[in-house]
Amino acid sequence: MHWVSNAVVLVLVLGGLWLARSVARSRFWRESAVELWRRRRLAIVVVGAFVFIALLDSIAWVGGDVEGLAAFRPRSIIDRAFQPETFKEASYSAPLAGVAFYGGKALNYPGVHLLGTDILGRDVVYRALKGVRVALLIGVFTSLIVIPIALLFGVTAGYFGGRIDDGVFFLMTVLASVPSLLLLIALIMVLGRGTLQVCIALGITGWVHFCRIARGETLKLREADYVAAARALGASDARIVLRHILPNIAHLVIITFALSFTGLVLAETILSYLGIGLDGSWGQMIDQARNELSRTPIIWWNITGAAILLFTLVLAVNTIADAMRDIADPRTRREGQ
Amino acid sequence: MSAPLLTVEQLAISFPAEAGRVRVVDGVGLSIASGETLALVGESGCGKSVSALAIMRLVPRPGRIEAQSRIRFDGIDLLALPVTEMRALRGGKIGMIFQEPMTSLNPVTTVGSQVLEAILLHTRTPIAEARRRVLELFGMVGIPDPAVRVNAYPHQLSGGLKQRVMIAMAMAMRPRLLICDEPTTALDATIRAQILELIRNLAATTGTAVLLITHDFGVVNAVADRVAVMYAGRIVEEGTRAELLGRPRHPYTQGLLRSIPRPEARGGRLEEIKGAVPRPGQWPPACRFHTRCPHAFERCRSEAPARSAVSPTQTAWCHLVEQGARP
Repeated sequence: MHWVSNAVVLVLVLGGLWLARSVARSRFWRESAVELWRRRRLAIVVVGAFVFIALLDSIAWVGGDVEGLAAFRPRSIIDRAFQPETFKEASYSAPLAGVAFYGGKALNYPGVHLLGTDILGRDVVYRALKGVRVALLIGVFTSLIVIPIALLFGVTAGYFGGRIDDGVFFLMTVLASVPSLLLLIALIMVLGRGTLQVCIALGITGWVHFCRIARGETLKLREADYVAAARALGASDARIVLRHILPNIAHLVIITFALSFTGLVLAETILSYLGIGLDGSWGQMIDQARNELSRTPIIWWNITGAAILLFTLVLAVNTIADAMRDIADPRTRREGQ
Repeated sequence: MSAPLLTVEQLAISFPAEAGRVRVVDGVGLSIASGETLALVGESGCGKSVSALAIMRLVPRPGRIEAQSRIRFDGIDLLALPVTEMRALRGGKIGMIFQEPMTSLNPVTTVGSQVLEAILLHTRTPIAEARRRVLELFGMVGIPDPAVRVNAYPHQLSGGLKQRVMIAMAMAMRPRLLICDEPTTALDATIRAQILELIRNLAATTGTAVLLITHDFGVVNAVADRVAVMYAGRIVEEGTRAELLGRPRHPYTQGLLRSIPRPEARGGRLEEIKGAVPRPGQWPPACRFHTRCPHAFERCRSEAPARSAVSPTQTAWCHLVEQGARP
């Protein structure tokens, strides 16, 4: 599996560079990007750091200076930096403590566990950082499932109207009428509990909202003068959709991507709470840390690692999405300047 | 006169209403010869724009062209043409310019690439050659600095320049017929004259026939060879520019011309046509103008006027004209 993940990293990096180049080429996107950077410098740096960590955690290879079973497993750069096989304690230790939380025995690594260790003696910082990749995977992959489905259904329904519209709207109404959590559980039971499966399940339940937006916007653009002009120039329906409608809802795609991203990361924690989340996710860490909160003296640091990172990522992405919406919306653009 | 390039006969277009379908255009006939400019004049809602769209077969749904209609273009029956061939004709042999240059260009791509698209839609021209052609077209429609302006986005151009781009798009494939739907209504008065001049010159140099839709007799006077006046979904009078502007015979045309403000009548009350335009579907029976006509008499209320020739080129649909009286 690790070579797949390495290849994905390569594709993502190349795709990111290509996207950056296309953004730089079009003046509209370039100006929007510059404006976004001007408004949300910190949030962009934070998200960039998360992406960087996830990339470090995705590049993995077999071998290295470990013994036992771990020597045969591919280990990522993060794994190699933390060496979790040896960098651990017998059980709980408080953040930066010198001795174990129970019993007061001396630790193997006194004073270096920034957020302490959990019941099995694993470093909390290490586990929280491993969760970054899982969170981004859920957010990005699910969005990659949601957006094409929603665009396909929404734009065709809005553009052609009539029976196609009725059909799509029926499908959306049916999906929206089933409690989404119930549907999620059922889908995960059917599909299984892998990363991709959970992403597909979240995608199937999540496309309705964006589909509505895409449909509404297409309904509006269908009547635009430039669409009529394109038709008078002899453009086919496919061409009108690809050249004139999709580029004009591209900003919505980006905003929806950013907004749904955080919703999906949060949705995964709920799934973990129900015991059907992804292994190694923040949701799982938070779920496990729940039990520790009932101990006396309270063991609070287990929940902090995942909670802080989750909170930071969601806040950063949300503020960026908010700024994106302001920039894309001409009514709020350049207000107060 | 040779066979006309475009003939429209018995054109009827209907839209669904509360009680059945309402004909917003009912029995319109037109013909345009190559190189000729025909102005279609009428008030808002008289059906002139939708008639133009019907020639392109672009009447917006749920509107429908009724089966009795005949549209022949260059010897082809347009209403019987398969969709793909009709699409090839649009922007190919028939170009169209719209009223709103401000919103008729796609805001997210450069104007050059939009004109380029108009060329590539219809030919397999190599891209470099098509780019050259775009520059040539920009020069032809009088856009200064074509090499710079091709890379401009619509919001960076003025309304007049945008309309020039629209004309470049419509003229890209050297159409035989150019339909202009109120091409200057949204423009400033100074730009208006330039655009009209451009359309007239292009038509004269390329031999393109022009169907110009307008409600402005100033525009008619500037460019038209012949004029057709529409009222309530029908044509009421047709003739050469000199005939219609000089000796209008139909009371509606006369009323329209009298209600144009004139500098010598300054200070006096502007004449108007009494009443309001009837709404589609509530058109009076028989002669549709009788409710507002100052000369209406019994026959106008009971019988639709037939076509009566005033001269070989001028015709009017009016009982008074038929009787030889001069209204």
